[in-house]
Amino acid sequence: MSTATFKIWRGDAKGGEFRDYETEITDGMVVLDAIHQIQAESANDLAVRWNCKAGKCGSCSAEVNGMPKLMCMTRMDTIDVDKPVTVEPIKAFPTTKDLVTDVSWNFEVKKKIKKFKPRPPDAEDGTWRVAQEDVDRVQEFRKCIECFLCQDVCHVLRDHQKTEEFIGPRFLVYAAALDMHPLDTEDRLEDLKDKHGIGFCNITKCCTHVCPEHITITDNAIIPLKERVADRFYDPVMRILRALFGKKKAAKPPAAEAGAHESTKVE
Amino acid sequence: MDSYKTFDYDVLVIGAGGAGLRASIEASGCGASVGLVCKSLLGKAHTVMAEGGIAAALSNVDGRDDWRTHFADTMRGGQYVNNYRMAELHAQEAPDRVRELEAWGAVFDRTKDQKILQRNFGGHKYPRLAHVGDRTGLEMIRTLQDHGIHQGIDVHMECTIIRLLKDGDRIAGAFGYDRERGKFRLFNARAVVLATGGYGRAYKITSNSWEYTGDGHSLAYDAGADLIDMEYLQFHPTGMVWPPSVRGILVTEGVRGEGGVLRNSEGERFMFQDIPDLYKNQTADNPEEGWIYTQGDKEARRPPELLTRDHVARCIVREVKEGRGSPHGGVFLDISWIKEKIENAPEHIRRKLPSMYHQFKELANLDITEEPMEVGPTTHYAMGGIRVDGDTQMSSVPGLFAAGECAGGMHGANRLGGNSLSDLLVFGKRAGEYAASFAKENDGATVNETAVADTIKWALEPIERQEAAGSASESPYQIQYDLQDTMQELVGIVRNQAEMDEAVEKIAALKQRADQAVAPGNREYNPGWHTALDLHNLLTVSEAVAKTAAQRKESRGAHFREDYPEKSEDWGGNSLVVRKGGDGEMEITREPVMEVPAELQEIIEENR
Repeated sequence: MSTATFKIWRGDAKGGEFRDYETEITDGMVVLDAIHQIQAESANDLAVRWNCKAGKCGSCSAEVNGMPKLMCMTRMDTIDVDKPVTVEPIKAFPTTKDLVTDVSWNFEVKKKIKKFKPRPPDAEDGTWRVAQEDVDRVQEFRKCIECFLCQDVCHVLRDHQKTEEFIGPRFLVYAAALDMHPLDTEDRLEDLKDKHGIGFCNITKCCTHVCPEHITITDNAIIPLKERVADRFYDPVMRILRALFGKKKAAKPPAAEAGAHESTKVE
Repeated sequence: MDSYKTFDYDVLVIGAGGAGLRASIEASGCGASVGLVCKSLLGKAHTVMAEGGIAAALSNVDGRDDWRTHFADTMRGGQYVNNYRMAELHAQEAPDRVRELEAWGAVFDRTKDQKILQRNFGGHKYPRLAHVGDRTGLEMIRTLQDHGIHQGIDVHMECTIIRLLKDGDRIAGAFGYDRERGKFRLFNARAVVLATGGYGRAYKITSNSWEYTGDGHSLAYDAGADLIDMEYLQFHPTGMVWPPSVRGILVTEGVRGEGGVLRNSEGERFMFQDIPDLYKNQTADNPEEGWIYTQGDKEARRPPELLTRDHVARCIVREVKEGRGSPHGGVFLDISWIKEKIENAPEHIRRKLPSMYHQFKELANLDITEEPMEVGPTTHYAMGGIRVDGDTQMSSVPGLFAAGECAGGMHGANRLGGNSLSDLLVFGKRAGEYAASFAKENDGATVNETAVADTIKWALEPIERQEAAGSASESPYQIQYDLQDTMQELVGIVRNQAEMDEAVEKIAALKQRADQAVAPGNREYNPGWHTALDLHNLLTVSEAVAKTAAQRKESRGAHFREDYPEKSEDWGGNSLVVRKGGDGEMEITREPVMEVPAELQEIIEENR
């Protein structure tokens, strides 16, 4: 057992400061435990979001010693407690109070992405036939717990505040999950280029680095989407084909017409 | 008086987990204007924690399965005191609800012939759980959320309801506050659906998050609705026990479904020693048969590790009590042993149980592909809840509906794993549908202004008391800890009269203290204040649990008494119903269990 000093940011949208709190550290404790202990002992009104305490809900995102983390999955024995431990809210979004930020923008952004649109069912009972190999890829993206740590470290959002022009890595992963869904027939490429600002991403991979679910955000989601956008809008050969055969087919034939639906999803 | 914002809806849904989201989608689809209120951000509700799967007789993996078998399994698991109508509808409709999720974009694991894959789980005769690795709850809530945001539902995130409002006998709306700013909100509604989940936070060791404070149970009780089966609370046999800070976090039953075994400190598969008569015919009597069952052998019977949760939890308690526990007071759950049986076992385990691998690696520094886990029982699920009509989900208060964990009856004395996610979908949909039609058929009601004023005054007391209190103040956190200790120690897995009577007295004393709780700070995002207000719900529910448990003088399902260790026929024919008496005191009455119609009884007998 040992004592640790925490420098916790206290304040609201108008401003605030770091305040020091001391608390006992016991076996196996995570940062969120320490925060809760401090809250119960000496700061009853310390605001913090949390739910599952097992890395499954993505509520307790914060910056611990400057690193974006889920507090519930950050063990105290991985942190040097000889020095004060700083805990502050994620910075890409406006502060509500203490460790809580206003992430409502993310919920608005999601609504603007065209929803899932499946092809007609394959079987009479209204179901589809899909092989495991064809869902492996989207299942990676669907692991996302919406902690928004990727949004927090994305410089386009964090430093340049391009919230009007750019949806951020979380929603590029969301768009990729829809676009690579074996049943989906919707076309989101034009939106990705014009409304969702996929061009702003310059693949610094900070998002991939902080993802607690270890989703390979840039390589597996964003780059393939960028390639599709480039093929559609910037490839001269495809442009000619499109002029000859119509708009959608060249880039992404509707599954119903394509016969073997698996092939429509492969790059 | 403090000001408040007013919102008007046909249907107000309280809670945005699986049941609340499904109810909102349905009500909205029926043409009702829908408001959805949740304490957390959208998509963070406790459903996200569900791991194993959704039970539905799709018969994709074993063609012998059908709704009848699922119904019989559910009734057997519930020790035949279930609301049979709910168990029937649940078994019949679950497959459609799962297929519907697929149509809304859910990506389930697949069989070799490209259908939705199903896995084995405790108490289910056939592989029945549609799943996505061990993160099925996340898949389900995200699918409902992503579908729901395009249905025109008005979502109020981080908003807590503290009172239901009535117009005479019927429901008229609800009153609450937004957690961010601490401002009050009035919701006028023709129908209200409660989908608030359970109350695991009344216990110290629990798999439940802070949200699980029995809000729906308590709101309905205060509004005059009946609660039923409150003595039945499920302790999941496998929660983490080490390190202390993660004690109670769930370890999915899927580990056992994939071949994981339970051992005591002597290395013994102790579950083979005590197989209840009700399950003798269906349970393997040797390890090899159990193993081949988990690997899909249709002739084999399931291993005793997959007996119902109430039974497995008690066996673990027995092993620990008799000195054969693990170093930190649990037993060993081992999946790593399957390397003796299959090649590439570590990779197989990581693929089948990715979040369990991750959870133990990150939180306990343990590699489950190499070592056994230490596990012990954790408070998990409330079978008891608001008494509802099986078809419509309406409570005894006209216009007030309940679905999911906060509704009672469906699971009887013990819930089978996987039956909760399907419950959320089946009865979330039904509640939404019938709430919408209630709203259509009934005119708007008028809320009682006095009730609103009383509620505001009550809600602000913990903050206003801080000036008067000074140093003698009572922290809401401390009261909650003391309640959790009381319930854990005195109304836990193994119960007796003296301890439960003591609990009832202690809860009464805690109620007095809660009336003096002080929340320092202001109204903006103040967890101390929120905790002080939640105490009312936790204490109401705890009182109901302790009092009904003290009354039921038999052991049945999750309710186990060392002073009455056997089932009693007399008690088995009766349910305990809780309601608020005219004097404000809790009344408990014995009412006969619903009689199962002959044609359903036949199904039960066929499957014995």
